[in-house]
Amino acid sequence: MNAFVLADCTTVDGALSQLKDGAVVKAGGVDLLDRMKNGTAQPEKLVNIRNIPALRGIEETDKGLKIGALATLTEISEHPAIRKQYQILSDACGSAATPHIRNMATVGGNLLQPVQCWYYRSADFQCLRKGKDLCFAFNGLNQYHAIMDYRTCPAVAPSSAAVALFGLDANVELVSSKRGQRVVSIKDFYVHPDANPTKFAVIEPDELLTAVVIPKPAAGTRSAYQKYGEKDSFDWAIADAGVVLEMDGNICRKAIVTMGAASPVVRRSAQAERELTGKPITEATARAAGKAAMEGATPLSMNAYKVDLFPVAIYRTVRLAAGQMDRDPRAAG
Amino acid sequence: MSAHEDSHSNPGSQQKEELLKHEPGGDPPRNGITRRGFLKGAGITAAGTALLEGVHGFNTAAQSTDPGVKVLGPGAVPVTLSVNGKDHAIQIEPRTTLAEALRIQIGLTGTKVICDRGSCSGCTVWLDKMPVNSCTMLAIDALGRHVTTIEGLSEAGQLHPVQAAFVKHDALQCGFCTPGMVMSCAALLESNSHPTEQDVRHAISGNLCRCGTYARIFAATLDAAGTSRKA
Ligand SMILES: Cc1cc2nc3c(=O)[nH]c(=O)nc-3n(C[C@H](O)[C@H](O)[C@H](O)COP(=O)(O)OP(=O)(O)OC[C@H]3O[C@@H](n4cnc5c(N)ncnc54)[C@H](O)[C@@H]3O)c2cc1C
Ligand code: SF4
Ligand code: FES
Ligand code: FES
Repeated sequence: MNAFVLADCTTVDGALSQLKDGAVVKAGGVDLLDRMKNGTAQPEKLVNIRNIPALRGIEETDKGLKIGALATLTEISEHPAIRKQYQILSDACGSAATPHIRNMATVGGNLLQPVQCWYYRSADFQCLRKGKDLCFAFNGLNQYHAIMDYRTCPAVAPSSAAVALFGLDANVELVSSKRGQRVVSIKDFYVHPDANPTKFAVIEPDELLTAVVIPKPAAGTRSAYQKYGEKDSFDWAIADAGVVLEMDGNICRKAIVTMGAASPVVRRSAQAERELTGKPITEATARAAGKAAMEGATPLSMNAYKVDLFPVAIYRTVRLAAGQMDRDPRAAG
Repeated sequence: MSAHEDSHSNPGSQQKEELLKHEPGGDPPRNGITRRGFLKGAGITAAGTALLEGVHGFNTAAQSTDPGVKVLGPGAVPVTLSVNGKDHAIQIEPRTTLAEALRIQIGLTGTKVICDRGSCSGCTVWLDKMPVNSCTMLAIDALGRHVTTIEGLSEAGQLHPVQAAFVKHDALQCGFCTPGMVMSCAALLESNSHPTEQDVRHAISGNLCRCGTYARIFAATLDAAGTSRKA
């Protein structure tokens, strides 16, 4: 790891004043230290935001929920109100990484972790995502890569929290000293690599993500997330599903189905949602949703297994959200 | 050992000497940063004293006059780290991980670095009572907190119940994962004195044991908690 200067900040304004000339934000440091040890990131200056009290805490408001950027994955997954009303989010944060990493990892850092493609994470490969003109995954080892929505870079969306936040229609609050605050819908937060492979999200280098804001779910909303990995414990998802159901008695009024490990940006599956909307949630409709979600899938040379795995993940997560099935013991977390 | 022999996590002895060469020296406090001011700013109590006199500045132009900002490094900074109930005055660069500070600066080598990437939990220590991976965080982030390592678990020469149960159940083979395992299992008992096997599995789900001693680790932890093994 290269040596660096650390600007230890206790206020948002202090941190913003330091975010210039290539300085990089450090929250928990889990992702950043990984890239610095690998030599793929060599910042000369880190802006430590971990000691900024204003970025901490989880607050319930009459409009919903406001989660400070520094809330850890553990804090979110164990928060009583989140476990009760925003289960998809407690599930997602509670199944990301390992218990000890969840104690350190912040939600802001989780949302902003760059792709986990092993070519990207190695200093030996200079690919599209690093401003070069080649992707190594198409003809290389691509078993963890995308099966949908890719043309340029098939590395998948790495953040479990994002899969939940797409389901909850969340917004993120960003602030810079020059342009002040802006609020961006999670749907517009990520940049698709086909549009710009070197930019992962719309956040600018002089901006801080200060909070995640989640609207209150409509009455009758039930939700769940499940992640499947190669191992039962740590490691990113090979398939995952977020499901939000607005139930009216037995009938599903509105459904949201999201997937992370299928595509470069979290995907909402309109096809799966169509199979559930206006219908009762049953074994048959849940299976149909899983199947429909794979319409148009174009797996790479080594990841056709995902086309079989996602329908199961979606089926089980729909049933879990509807309260018709227990949490899958094979799911991670 | 780590596959990254050349990384900062395993500096050779020469590099270590280099690290230790940085003396606190006589630099005056910069921009009015006093020790007290830093402590206040960083929300650190006097118990976790961080000595900031003689901080090696990066570049005077880049220094901030903002009271909410303290600029440290890139050279070594004298700090005091509270480990196993004792304050250790050490010199660390901002890039020093907590595992490096413990093993290299303080000489507490019970904490093992295996993957150095957060994937095995071999380096587990407690921050206050919370288990974390010491390889994946900066030592600076532990200032003002109480760090507990495997060396600090026994009291007055008496093994911690989890340690004793590991011995009784022969819950190790090569032993390399054991300090991390014990710290994870003991942390579980701190927050849940009557865990089920499922709770133990969950608590150590990030700890890897290449020798595959998991079943005995579950049994030892449940025994230490005084709970009988559930299904
Ligand atoms: C073994 C392992 C398994 C994992 N498995 C999963 C998994 O299954 N699912 C999952 O989602 N994640 C997983 N992770 C990733 C982990 O959750 C992230 O590394 C972690 O959440 C990053 O948070 P952090 O606070 O440490 O971020 P940092 O490392 O501090 O920051 C990450 C990035 O975000 C930027 N940043 C952070 N906070 C802000 C902010 N407030 N404003 C602006 N920029 C900011 C930083 O500049 C940096 O580029 C895993 C990690 C490991 C090591
Ligand atoms: S998949 Fe994306 S990140 Fe991986 S090598 Fe190709 S361009 Fe780079
Ligand atoms: S050595 Fe720290 S997690 Fe493996
Ligand atoms: S006892 Fe050998 S790795 Fe666990």
